[in-house]
Amino acid sequence: MAGEATKAIDKTLLWGGGRSPFSVSYGKMMMWFFLVSDALTFSGLLVAYGYARQAYTGAWPIGEEVFHALPGLHGNFPLIYVALMTFILIISSVTMVLAVEAGHRMDRKGVTKWLGLTIVGGFFFLGSQAWEWSHFIHGSAGYITTSDNEQYFLVEEVPHGMTATDVEGFALISNMGEENESTITGDKATSLFNDRINYVQGANMTINEYGPPQYANFFFFITGFHGFHVFTGVLLNIIIFLGVLKGTYERRGHYEMVEKTGLYWHFVDLVWVFVFTFFYLI
Amino acid sequence: MERDDLIVNDSYSVDARHDEAHGKQIRKKIYFVTILLSVITTVEVALGIFIKQGTDFWPVVKWSFIAMTLVKAGYIVLVFMHLGDERKSLRYVILLPYAIFILYLLFIGVTESSHLNDIWLEFQP
Repeated sequence: MAGEATKAIDKTLLWGGGRSPFSVSYGKMMMWFFLVSDALTFSGLLVAYGYARQAYTGAWPIGEEVFHALPGLHGNFPLIYVALMTFILIISSVTMVLAVEAGHRMDRKGVTKWLGLTIVGGFFFLGSQAWEWSHFIHGSAGYITTSDNEQYFLVEEVPHGMTATDVEGFALISNMGEENESTITGDKATSLFNDRINYVQGANMTINEYGPPQYANFFFFITGFHGFHVFTGVLLNIIIFLGVLKGTYERRGHYEMVEKTGLYWHFVDLVWVFVFTFFYLI
Repeated sequence: MERDDLIVNDSYSVDARHDEAHGKQIRKKIYFVTILLSVITTVEVALGIFIKQGTDFWPVVKWSFIAMTLVKAGYIVLVFMHLGDERKSLRYVILLPYAIFILYLLFIGVTESSHLNDIWLEFQP
């Protein structure tokens, strides 16, 4: 694909000055350098997440138990939604690489089509992430803490402004995840709920129903930072898309701008591959 | 107007232009990688759903997740980002500093957090 890069060029000519020894343009090389620094940032975040998790002595939340919902459906679908987001990003990465390939053939129609589809895929991903954040923040049934510092998980959520008796089949689970896990129903459950100190539902920066506060903090920061990159990528793609429509690159004689934003867009996909593994799977 | 994104003396990108036959060949590779990435992701999700953390199989699954992720990352960087088609010197300039730095960061992160975990377990009331 990179025609010049595969040519056998004499070393003295290559490194003798007056040309790029890497046989890439200035802009492309700087995009690569930027991506290396950005990759270091994301690696730092993921290593920090691993650090917090490894050092933590309690039970750390497990991805498939936290992320198991689909929009508009009830039931348990572990990881399906995240897998869907991953596929959206992979497919938009493929359309981007097809746009780059069309650019190398000076096929303006092809670039328009594939770059357009890439932008659509980007918006789909951003929308999915917005829903996931909303679901993570609102949470599911949640848990209560009592004065003796015990945690009881709710089976059904008690909506704001309602009491336990308003909820049909109200029940609590004590010793969640341990051997002596048991369900409490009836008046005992209602009185425990009424004497609660705190009702934790969903997630914010200080407390969440899934596990230690750092878990939600890392979720917000890592997926948020990645989502911001996706947003930036969509903006860059739109700017380049306008250039394609106006015929700027046709006149310039090459579509390298598509290739450069393509690098950024693939990097966003690359980061998601790692976030998917280290945040959701492991 | 002087623009830094214009290629003046060197014509690398213009040289990278290819014809329809070559394009077909490249697209074939792209479709192959697409299928590969999709299959690996599907396997990962299936393993994530069916193998619970803490079971006997879990350590194997965990390391296979990391291995599969690295394979996926390799295909994205080398094929989708075309780093595999670039000059060897550029490949090393990009990959080596990153690899050295991250291996070091992983090493100190894992060592220190494991140690911290031990201490907290020991002195917890």
